[in-house]
Amino acid sequence: MGQVVLVTGVSRYLGARMARILTEEPAVDRVIGVDVVAPRADIGGAEFVRADIRNPIIAKVINAASVDTVIHMGVLATPVQAGGRMSMKEINVIGTMQLLAACQKSATVRRLVVKSTSSVYGAGPRDPAMFGEEVEPRHSPSSGWAKDSAEVEAYVRGFARRRPDVTVTNLRFANFIGPGVNTPMTSYFSLPAVPTVAGHDARLQFIHEDDGLEALRIAATRDTAGLFNIAGDGIILLSQAIRKAGRASLPVPSPLVGMVGRGFISAGLADFSPEQVRFLTYGRGMDTTRMREVLGFEPTHTSMEAFEDFVAARRLNRHVSPQRVAAAESGLLSLFGAQPEPSPVTQEADHA
Amino acid sequence: MPEARVIPFDRDGKPGDGQSRVGSDAGSPPLPGSVIDEPDFDQRLASALAFLRHRITGDYEVDEFGFDPELQDKVLMEPFRWLYNNWFRVETRGLENVPDEGGALVVGNHSGVIALDSLMTQLALLDHHPARRRLRPLGADLVFSTPFVGEYARKGGATLASAADSERLLAQGELVGVWPEGFKGVGKPFSERYKLQRFGRGGFVSAALKGRVPIIPTAIVGAEEIYPMIGDARLLARVLGLPYAPITPTFPWLGPLGLIPLPSKWIIMFGEPIDTSGYPEDAAEDPMLVFNLTDQVRETIQQQLYRLLVQRRSVFV
Repeated sequence: MGQVVLVTGVSRYLGARMARILTEEPAVDRVIGVDVVAPRADIGGAEFVRADIRNPIIAKVINAASVDTVIHMGVLATPVQAGGRMSMKEINVIGTMQLLAACQKSATVRRLVVKSTSSVYGAGPRDPAMFGEEVEPRHSPSSGWAKDSAEVEAYVRGFARRRPDVTVTNLRFANFIGPGVNTPMTSYFSLPAVPTVAGHDARLQFIHEDDGLEALRIAATRDTAGLFNIAGDGIILLSQAIRKAGRASLPVPSPLVGMVGRGFISAGLADFSPEQVRFLTYGRGMDTTRMREVLGFEPTHTSMEAFEDFVAARRLNRHVSPQRVAAAESGLLSLFGAQPEPSPVTQEADHA
Repeated sequence: MPEARVIPFDRDGKPGDGQSRVGSDAGSPPLPGSVIDEPDFDQRLASALAFLRHRITGDYEVDEFGFDPELQDKVLMEPFRWLYNNWFRVETRGLENVPDEGGALVVGNHSGVIALDSLMTQLALLDHHPARRRLRPLGADLVFSTPFVGEYARKGGATLASAADSERLLAQGELVGVWPEGFKGVGKPFSERYKLQRFGRGGFVSAALKGRVPIIPTAIVGAEEIYPMIGDARLLARVLGLPYAPITPTFPWLGPLGLIPLPSKWIIMFGEPIDTSGYPEDAAEDPMLVFNLTDQVRETIQQQLYRLLVQRRSVFV
């Protein structure tokens, strides 16, 4: 008798892909995806149940199918997806409470996997360079997705305490990026000119969508309880990412950031909530030692490679591509009869 | 041909210099006696354009603390290198006390209103240590919340003075620089020059004990005189949210001219390392030991300072 898995938030890209991946898992017999709207993407052999996790129907779904593994991917990042901040908060917080209440009463659930976010660490000048899972946030998030996620995690901790027999795995993901996923960050880097906070250059980490889903798959199919930071190796600076994407940055002096941010939000261009602005000011890094050593997961893309894959898939840098810049460089040098300097990568290869 | 053997003192020279050297070098192999391999114009242009290409396409790497070595080497350090060589004429002593590899903690006195002393210590180790060591300075959170200052501090290798970051750097075998007096040291009045202020809570000693790395007490002479702080506009400082608002004989009276540091002669002396490997595993958890070691480091630096001051002939020569 294989696993019966329930996936929440299946109407969106990552939820749908997760459901599809799990149907191909030999140990999994049945995958049930729930959401309030039907999935746009193909969920393969998974069954879709239209259910709102904000009301007790979810308990009936869990009991009727004897669900043993719950993957909670239903926390929304932006109010746009929910149709307003009020309903976003309700879906995120009340939805999680209902889901956990149902899990607590269930006799069959023995594994819970939560897709959380690095934004629960907040962002600010007093942060350590790399957050370990045990570090308390120095600048607790006070609004939006980050605050919702912090509350969701608090309820998950409460659940883990009340049901010690259930394996609870909480994954704090760096920003998802890749060819298919749509997040506030992907729309941000797709703006023709990317607003930044003048005088600051945030440190960013990314997780490739394929890697992120693999981490969730591992957590869903093994008994590894605990809290894990999930991110690709290395750091990219915000300015560097903007260059990689072939965009121009538009530095905004910090006193004007709030105003500009509200303008972008009301124009529906990108997410510039106060939390997001803090993140884009100070950035954040997570230590991923536990991910490797305890969860046993190794991402195949570094943060940089994940970002490059996103840039290549959206063809963002077609105007200022590395090939064009290199061609201009050797053209200019040939005027002086000189050769381009070998790139640092090849130099290192020579030494090795 | 003889000019090919001349060792240029001024590395940057005039733009024409490079080209004339191209002409003289082109015909013959480099002389065996030539010491400095001065890159010719072509190489310099190629290197500048390669740098530009990396910047335009984002093709460079920063470490997890946000340190950008390429930017530091090619841009950030250049103006300070000029100050180091020509303005402050920094003299280094005891460079052999800094290990060629592995973690170590350089602990220095802090002074001079603007923390140029940490930059000069960085340059002393980068340009004059045989292993060209990169010092990773630790800074207060105010540094990182200040626009531009914080951004370039990180790109220049600095990170937050915290247990987490210092232990992480030391565990990676980095050379870490701390100035435990903090703002109390940088912003002290001129009348208290070369008197070490309180040394924080000894967090740096705990970090060294945990990382089992040597502590290198470092005395910096000359930085106290660059901006003699004769007054502190406390009210203004409070309004601006700054730890102090300096008044010097030239600032703010001469406007921007008052920002020019006085050309004092500097000596940076790296003292004998204090070994921490002999202490037990949990030594960092022993507050008495940490306080004693902190005092020992502080006393050593103070003694080094007095010795250097006695030897110094004049502030400016």
